[in-house]
Formats: sequence, structure tokens, C-alpha cells
Amino acid sequence: MHEFAQQIVSGLATGSIFASVALALVLIYRSMGVINFAQGEMAMFTTFIAWQLIQMGMPVWAAFATTIVIAFLGAVALERTVIRPVERASQLTVVIVTLGLLIVFNGLAGLFWGYVIKSFPSPFPSAPIDIAGVSFNSQDIGIIVVSLAALGLISLFFAKTKVGLAMRAAALYPDQSRVLGIRVSWMLALGWGLAAAVGAISGIMVAPVVFLDPNMMQGIVVYAFAGAVLGGIESPLGAVIGGLVLGVALNLLGAYVDFIGTDLRLPVAFLIIVVVLLVRPAGLLGRVHVKRV
Amino acid sequence: MKTNRLVLFGVVAIVIAIFPAFVPSYVSFEFTYVAAYAIAILGLIVLTGKNGQISLGHGAFLAIGGYTVAILATKAGVPFWIGIPLAGIVSGIIGIGIGLVALRLEGVYLALATFAMAVSVPSLLKRFTDLTGGSGGLVLDPVTPPSWLPIDSERFFYYVAWAIAGVLIVFTAVLLEGRVGRALRAIRDNEVAASSFGVNPYFYKTLAFSWSAVYAGIAGALAAIPTAFVSPDTYNFNLSVTVLIGAVLGGLESLWGALLGALVIEFLPLWAQKINAAAPSVVYGVALIAVMLTMPGGIAGGLIRLFHRREPKADARAVGPVVAVPVQHSSE
Repeated sequence: MHEFAQQIVSGLATGSIFASVALALVLIYRSMGVINFAQGEMAMFTTFIAWQLIQMGMPVWAAFATTIVIAFLGAVALERTVIRPVERASQLTVVIVTLGLLIVFNGLAGLFWGYVIKSFPSPFPSAPIDIAGVSFNSQDIGIIVVSLAALGLISLFFAKTKVGLAMRAAALYPDQSRVLGIRVSWMLALGWGLAAAVGAISGIMVAPVVFLDPNMMQGIVVYAFAGAVLGGIESPLGAVIGGLVLGVALNLLGAYVDFIGTDLRLPVAFLIIVVVLLVRPAGLLGRVHVKRV
Repeated sequence: MKTNRLVLFGVVAIVIAIFPAFVPSYVSFEFTYVAAYAIAILGLIVLTGKNGQISLGHGAFLAIGGYTVAILATKAGVPFWIGIPLAGIVSGIIGIGIGLVALRLEGVYLALATFAMAVSVPSLLKRFTDLTGGSGGLVLDPVTPPSWLPIDSERFFYYVAWAIAGVLIVFTAVLLEGRVGRALRAIRDNEVAASSFGVNPYFYKTLAFSWSAVYAGIAGALAAIPTAFVSPDTYNFNLSVTVLIGAVLGGLESLWGALLGALVIEFLPLWAQKINAAAPSVVYGVALIAVMLTMPGGIAGGLIRLFHRREPKADARAVGPVVAVPVQHSSE
């Protein structure tokens, strides 16, 4: 029973990483109707920036804060320069541009920092934490707490601030918002910034576990896709729940179902994406759209 | 006005035919991969360029083709000239299955699902060890030319690959020129309108997916045989992306894009790697974004625009199916 509880908690920890990346994807999908295939690589790249800052002697938490700010500003700049020109282009164009960004960030990380796997300092104490007589990995607990706190802040931002309200309005009713004086295009840039900041947090949280290298997010981003699709790609809450469910489910499947083990976890995620899209494309929490033709 | 195209095709075919006589055999070896890539890109031109379906996962079909040939050769001793068509058939059948799923996924959803497919290929290959040889992969016997042919094995397989590529390019051009091509393009441009004119979108979209899967399967086989080795890490996500990069840079609108794109993805990494191991990715990514922002027709589209600017009076049809690329005459 203790082992089962530990498996659940460690599943929740990976799940909250998936949830953060899934939320980042949903933030952009809701505002533009596109999927940013570079989301994972942007997170990886910003994690390398954090690593560099720590190497240069900055305290760990200060480096994290700085990195999140850099991620936010960098993504806003990126949206303004690269995404803005294709804002109204076809989906194929936007998909290929974000794919281009994926390749660029992967290549730049390799160029600057090389492909040798690096260890990343954990911001959490290494001693296990005792809860109700079961000892949990404090890394796992830390990841869950930080990720959920970040997700809570994001939802507060959207619910309680004027900018958050404007961003939601711009995403849902771009034309009406423009009439009301909301600068819709800048709201998209803000969305990219927020998504990148959430992505940076997930990268920093996962790097001590999977170690730092330019390909570290490739698998995680697929799980995040699966989580987002499962929860409903238009629903931020759905993405978070989908990510958490997927984390726990994959962890339990990997631990207790020999056939799946660790090798088949990615194909399982692929299968989940396909099955959900076929059976219930709106996901668990999404709304079903009726398309007028 | 199709003579111009035929002349150009004939010239290119002759150049390809006499090329090995003038270069060392390792260059022929490299150009064998160009033929394989060109076939895979040709499939993407049909699927994405002509039919508008996005696939980020065609590396999976290259894997199916490569492994079909390798498994048949190592477990049953099947010769390559039977293995290559079988690779296309197996890949095409699986392509029908995935194409049927793709019918229900539009735009970004299809991109997302195929992205996940591409990333999960290596772990699937590693899992079923009995068939695929696991992480170690499978080693093939090198191909030897028949004894009555006075050429080395590199040049022999160069001709095999380019003969297949030539046949497939002509076959594709003919099909795209006619009823099938019109149907695919009509569905891409407006599915509802196309179906109200009696074009069955389900049939043609599945056809396009399976068709491109056949090509990717054959390409995978043609690339696996000269390498004489298949392993899960060959068929990683980067391969899927590389093929798509070739298609976009070469040009999704014109069949010439397949040749140009294949040349780019074979030789650009070899050249850029001399600078740094990561340089090819950076160059690819920047090129991809730059092409999408400035020259959506790719290199082929760009050349065709150039050609039009020089000879503004030329009949637009002289350059074939590429007229769909927006050509800006108004400024002249």
C-alpha cells in the first residue's frame, strides 16, 4: 500500500509537469487556434539559460526567477517578430513555422551547450518527506507544489485581473474586442509570454529528474499533447486535469503492467491522442462545437 | 505547351543517367539517398501540397519500408527487388489505416497526432525485439550487381534507385495532371464545394494518405539497402522532420520540389556539419521559417517566379502544375 501511494505521488509529480506544458499549449491554442510545436523546446532552451545563470554563480531560486522573466520577454519578442507575420496565414504555414522554431531552439541549445547530458541542481531538499507514515520523495512533492502554485496564479490572473479578462475576450471575440479598444494582437503576444513562462517552470522542475540535454522535452511534449487532448484542448482546467491523470496512469501502467513497462509509454500516449480525438474530440472538459458549413 | 516540361524532364533524366560515369563511386552512393528522399518527398507533395493534409510523421512509413525489406531479407532471404515493392505495399496498407483515422482529424489535430506518431516510432521498434532486433537493429547483406553488368555495387544501386524514382515521378505527374489530381486539389481548396460536385472526399483523402505512405515505404527500403543496416535510432523524430523540411524547402506545389528538396536534405547537413554538429538544425530551422515567411512555394516556386519575371509573356502553363503558386505580375 505504501508503494502504491508513492507511485501515485510520483505519478502526480510527472503529471504536474505534463499539466504545465499542456497548459502552455492550451494558452496558445485558445488564443490563436494553433499548436505551438516549439513549446517543449522553448522550455528546454530556457532551462539551459537557468543552468547557465547558476553556473555563473547566481543562487538557484534567483536564477529561476530571472529565467522566467527572460522566457516571458523572449517569447513576447518571438511572437512579435516570427509569429505575427503568419497570424492570419493557413494552419499549414503556422504549423511549419512553429516546427521551424522547434528545430532552431534544439539546434541553438546544441550549438551553445552541446549534446552532453548535464545534471541540473534540484531546488528541493534531498531528505524524504513523511506524510501519514509514508515517506515521499521531496523532489516529487516540491514539483507538485510549485507547478500547482504556478497554475493557480495563472488562473487567478485570468479570473481577477483586467489584462487577464482582456486576453480572454481577445481570444474568444477578437473582432468585438478590437472595437472595445483591446489590442488583440498584443494579447496574443502576452499569451505567448505566459505560455513560455509556464513552460520554463516545467523545464526547470523536470531537469533535475531527466537531466538536461537538448532533447529532454521531446517525450514530455508528447505526453503534454496527450494530456491537453484528453482534458480538452480548449480548456485550461481540462489540460491540467488531463496532464495529472495521464501522469498517474502512465506511472501505474509502467510500474504494474509488464507489457507496457517504460518502452511503450510513448506509443500509449500516441494511442490516447488518437482515441480521444476520434471518440470525443472535445476532450473531457471541452465544449463540443457545431460547425456551420 | 507540355513540351517544355518534357524537354526539361528529359535533360534531367540524361544528366542523372550519365552522372555516375564522371564522379567517384562514393558520390553515386550519396546520390542514391537523394533518389530515396525524392520519392519520400514526392509522397508529401501529393499529401500535403496537393491534398492539404499535414503529416509530421512520415518517418514512421520510412521505418516500415526499411524494416520490411530488412526483416524479409534477414529472416526469409527475400531479394531486394521483391522486398522493395513489398515495402511499398506493406506501408501503403498501414497508410490506409492511418489515413482512415486522419479523415476525422483536421488541420492541427492531424499534425499533432502524426507528431506523436513520429516520436513514438523508435520505442515501438525497440520493444518488439524478436522481429526488429531491438536497439541493435538488423544488418543486411550488401547488394551485389549481376555478374554480366560491368559496374560496382554503388553505381548499380544508384541506377536501381533512380529508375524507381523516375517511374514514380512520371506516374505521379500523370495522375496529378488528370482527374485524380483535380479531385485532390479541389478537396484541399474547399472540401464542401468539392463534395457537392461529386468528389468523394473520404475516398480521395484516404487515397492520398495511402499513396504517400507507399512512396515513403519504398523510400525507406531504398535508403535501408545501401546503408545495409536498420536501427530504431535511424527512424527518430528528426527523420520525419527532415523529410518535411525537404518538401517545404524544395516546394510543396511542384514535383520538381521533390528533387530540389532531396538535394537540400542530403547535402546541406553534410556541409553544415563541418561547422558544428548542431549547425544543420539551426540552418534548417531558420531556412524553414524564412521560406514560409518570404517564399511559400519553396525553391521550386521561387525559381518558377524568377522564370516568369524573365519571360513575362510565356504561357503560364509552360511550367506545369505550379501555377497555383501566387505569381505577382501586377507589379510589373
